[in-house]
Amino acid sequence: MKKIIADREIDVNEEGYLVDFNQWDKDVCAYLAEEQGISMTEKHWEVVEYLQDKFQKEEPLSIRGIKKSGVINIKEFYSLFPGGPLKKSTLIAGIPKPKSCI
Amino acid sequence: MSETSVKEKSETKVKEMSKTKVKKMLFILSKGTIENAYAAFVMANGARMEGIESEIFFTFFGLEAIQKKKLEHLRVATVGNPALHMPTMLGGLPGVEALATKMMKKEMEKLDMPPIGEFLEILSDSGCKLWGCKLAIDMFHLEREDLIDELDGILTIGDFYGRANEEGTHLLFI
Repeated sequence: MKKIIADREIDVNEEGYLVDFNQWDKDVCAYLAEEQGISMTEKHWEVVEYLQDKFQKEEPLSIRGIKKSGVINIKEFYSLFPGGPLKKSTLIAGIPKPKSCI
Repeated sequence: MSETSVKEKSETKVKEMSKTKVKKMLFILSKGTIENAYAAFVMANGARMEGIESEIFFTFFGLEAIQKKKLEHLRVATVGNPALHMPTMLGGLPGVEALATKMMKKEMEKLDMPPIGEFLEILSDSGCKLWGCKLAIDMFHLEREDLIDELDGILTIGDFYGRANEEGTHLLFI
């Protein structure tokens, strides 16, 4: 389906995740973040970059991976993206929702 | 479908993301086998990842999972466990339980499942509350220093029910 994000028509799935990463940019990111009640800070951007890097390398995302990331610790991760951190951060980063149970 | 309705629909979805009817999951871990500990941990962590509060109350043999000296030595039960498809007599032989546990841990590592100690750290950092059962701790003559540092406290069952006294709370006995 289509969704208007930052004055543009973007393809998203039924959960609101971007279907095509090429449509993602910082404006889209900030818009999606705001929808989730998050205003992007330097640290948020760092996390988004980390997630996108993992996605491009096709490495699965997990909370254990966040712990080992060296970018952010788990406590900070939960406070930056409250209420489902990995779900929200991947949505904002324009990458698919992680399928892992851990 | 018009653009506005598409937008409205997706916005509702997005809002639903952190609004589940399940607000809090309370787990009671009463068993000391590795598969039961992981069941509780995976579900408690999964709850946090969904934006749901979670807490684990360790009682009876579940206390093995929060004892510093024992937590990395939890095992899978090879006797009385028909799902392993192993004759009971064989399951009771020395070393069989250790071997089965080793194999299970290897498979878990492949799936990037953290060992018990690391999993407890992750849970604690994720805001999952970890509680010890007062009665069982007294019964097993355990001291606070025998238990992991991440433990949030030692509770009576009454205290624990007090923590369940919120709408949208579910209790699960493992």
